[in-house]
Parts: sequence; structure tokens; C-alpha cells
Amino acid sequence: MDFDLVVSSTVEILRRAHTELPEDVVKAIKNALEREENEIARKNLETILRNIDAANKLKVPMCQDTGIPVFFVEIGREIDLDFDLREAIREGVRRATAEIPLRPNAVHPVTRENSGDNTGLHTPPINIELVEGDRIKIAVMPKGAGSENVSALKMMLPTEVSRIKDFVVETVLKAGGKPCPPIFVGVGIGGTFDGAAKLAKKVLLRNVLDMSEFELELLEAINELNIGPMGLGGKTTALAVLVEMGHCHTASLPVAVNIQCWANRRAEVVLR
Amino acid sequence: MEYEIRTPLSKDELLKLRVGDSVYITGEIFTARDEAHARALEYLEEGKELPFSFEGAVVYHCGPLVKKDGEWRVVSAGPTTSARMNPFTPKILERVTCMAIIGKGGMSDDVVEAMRGKAVYLAFTGGAGALAAQKIRRVKDVIWEDLGMPEAVWIFEVERFGPCIVAIDAHGNSLYR
Repeated sequence: MDFDLVVSSTVEILRRAHTELPEDVVKAIKNALEREENEIARKNLETILRNIDAANKLKVPMCQDTGIPVFFVEIGREIDLDFDLREAIREGVRRATAEIPLRPNAVHPVTRENSGDNTGLHTPPINIELVEGDRIKIAVMPKGAGSENVSALKMMLPTEVSRIKDFVVETVLKAGGKPCPPIFVGVGIGGTFDGAAKLAKKVLLRNVLDMSEFELELLEAINELNIGPMGLGGKTTALAVLVEMGHCHTASLPVAVNIQCWANRRAEVVLR
Repeated sequence: MEYEIRTPLSKDELLKLRVGDSVYITGEIFTARDEAHARALEYLEEGKELPFSFEGAVVYHCGPLVKKDGEWRVVSAGPTTSARMNPFTPKILERVTCMAIIGKGGMSDDVVEAMRGKAVYLAFTGGAGALAAQKIRRVKDVIWEDLGMPEAVWIFEVERFGPCIVAIDAHGNSLYR
């Protein structure tokens, strides 16, 4: 494994993430279309499916908001890494921005000056985890702003466990049509202030068709809101709710809700 | 109902549209998001002439992904979240007799009121950028390129851009309420 392989693999997973949605995500949208009765909602779901096909066929990004690419990297502890992995991923992002192409979205937070290549201060975010084994897994989730902007975090009281569900549903209600519903909802419960947000984001990498009873209960409550695809009404507001929990301080109950648009783009590569 | 609309817009045609109708647009549309709106208002307040006109126009809340292969080519161009333009839009509507907006996610009650008798809001499916790009025939011009690719004003020639749903009409009705 070397620097160049990580660079080219980063370009490759970004290309895949932007032009093909994962099978489980497409299936979730198709299932929703089968159940949806509202005519305008059906029209939007059909447009979404036609758009997925167009992106696939033309090999272009399905959405012009190519987002900020969030990386989740697992490094096997037996790997001897003699190059700067973060720099290799950054170089991959620069190259993907020019080649695929991706919209340059990264700006300085205060001057708002665009870096032009989707890199910058602490950007792209690269989460690195040490695992057993002799491989490196790089997963990318391009995260658009429409859905990211309506995400929320609340430091709840330890006595408010029964209010967690309400907070999730209220967050989705407040978001309305802004995040491009039908959405995927990542929920992080517990951990710390920063940790809950990370759990809520990372859980969006999970298979969306496989939900627990608690997750299905949340999904049902959200779909009763009648927000519908693009906020125009209908029973398809969310396609899945995915929850990850972490032990927290006895005095704390952080809860994070990371909202993802229907384009739950993700791709990964395993390098040995 | 399903309608075909050509630009520049006619007020009579626009007043016929009701929430729930589908619309396909042919002609010229231009993109504007946060920074273009802010600069346009600055120009208007200072009495400076704008390099484009909102009158009879279709304003597309969109930050496109474009590529220059000799000429500009649109790669992906779906709508952006219109709510960010809530503070600007009534001030622009004050200065026109007729206008349409394409976006996603809807706009505030203030905007719905300001649209009465003169403007409609057309919802195009958020994220459907690849499909939208196929309806854009060519890039006619780019204005304020210094704002960066997403924030610049892109003037597009489109053919049967849609389906767009009339989500707010000129009679005070909104599907987002």
C-alpha cells in the first residue's frame, strides 16, 4: 500500500458515491413508492428514481450539492503505515473535485472564501479508528448542507429518557421540506457532546433496510407528520431511522439527530 | 392541471396557476442564491443597474455544478433550500410586476404574502441534479463569477424544465402550510 493507491482509491469511492446509490437505499425509495398514495408525493419519488438512473447512465453526480466528504477510516493495527494517510485522502479529494467533477463547497467559515478544491482547515473531516487486522477500510459519506443544516443536538436531562423520541420527531418536524425528504435519520444517544454527533453521523453508514423495533417506532412517528417528499405532503417523510447508543456520564444525556437527504450517498474500499 | 410556460413570463398565465399544478418551463432562467441575492439588493438600494433583470423572470434557487470544456457545461443542477432566501425575496418582489421562483423546501409566510397577485413558487425535486442538467440546453452567461461556482448567477437556456409542482401560487395558497 502506498500514497498513490490511497489517492486513487479515494477518487474511486467518491465517484461511486456520487453516481450510484447503494442498493439498500434505492430499495428503500422503491418500497416507499409502492406504499405512497399521495399523487404529488409519488411524482417526486418517481423523479428521484429517474434522477438516480440518469446519474448512473451519464456518470455524473446525482445532486449538484456534492457536499463535504466525510471519511470514516479503519486502520488494522498490523499495518505498517509509512506515509501520511490524511494527506493522501486530501489529495484524493482535490483530484476528485477536478476530475469527477465535484462542486467546490469548502469555504473559510468567517471570510467565506472558497478554497476551490473542497479541502481547507480541518476539511475534509477524516475520522480514524484503529481496529484488528491487516487492512485499511476507507468509507466516504458526501454530506450535503440542506440536510446537515437542519440536524440538531440537545444536551437532555438524565430524567428525560422518555422525551428522546419527542426530540427526534420535533427535529424532523422543524426541518420540514428543507432537507430533501424522504430522509434518513441518524440518531446518536449518549456518549459526550461531540461523541453523540459522531454516533448519529456514523450510523448512517449502516444498511437502511435493517431496523430495530425502537427504530421502526421512531420511523412510524415521523411518517405520521405528513411532511412527505420535498415537504409537499404524503406518508413518506423518512425512509429509515438508525440509532446508535453510547454510555454517557450519569449526569448527562446527549442526543444528536443527523438528518440525511434521500441521497444517502456512501461508498467504501478495503485496501490490503 | 399541467402547463407549459415560456419566458419572459406573462402575468395572466401566471395567475392561472394553482397549487398542485405541474409546470414545464422553456426559455431563459437564472440561478441566484444567498450571495447573489444580497449583492442584487445592494445594487438596487444604491440605484445601480443590475446586469440581469428580475422582471418577468424565472429565478432558480440553485448552486449548479458546472465544468468548462471550452464552453461551460452543466453537470448537475438541482434546487437548493429556498428558505435561506426568505429575507431577500419580499424586497425583490416589491420591485417587479411578475416573477417565478424555482426551488425546494418552500418559503416563509411573508414570502407567500409578498407573492400575492404577481408570483408563483415552483418546487422541483431536491437532489434531482442530474435530471435537471439534462433539461438545460446551454449556459448563456455567467455573472458575478467572483462569488464562486455555487453562488454566481448562471443564465441558462432550458427546455421543458420540470416537472415542477406549483407549491405556492399567486393567490396566497401554499402546500407547505
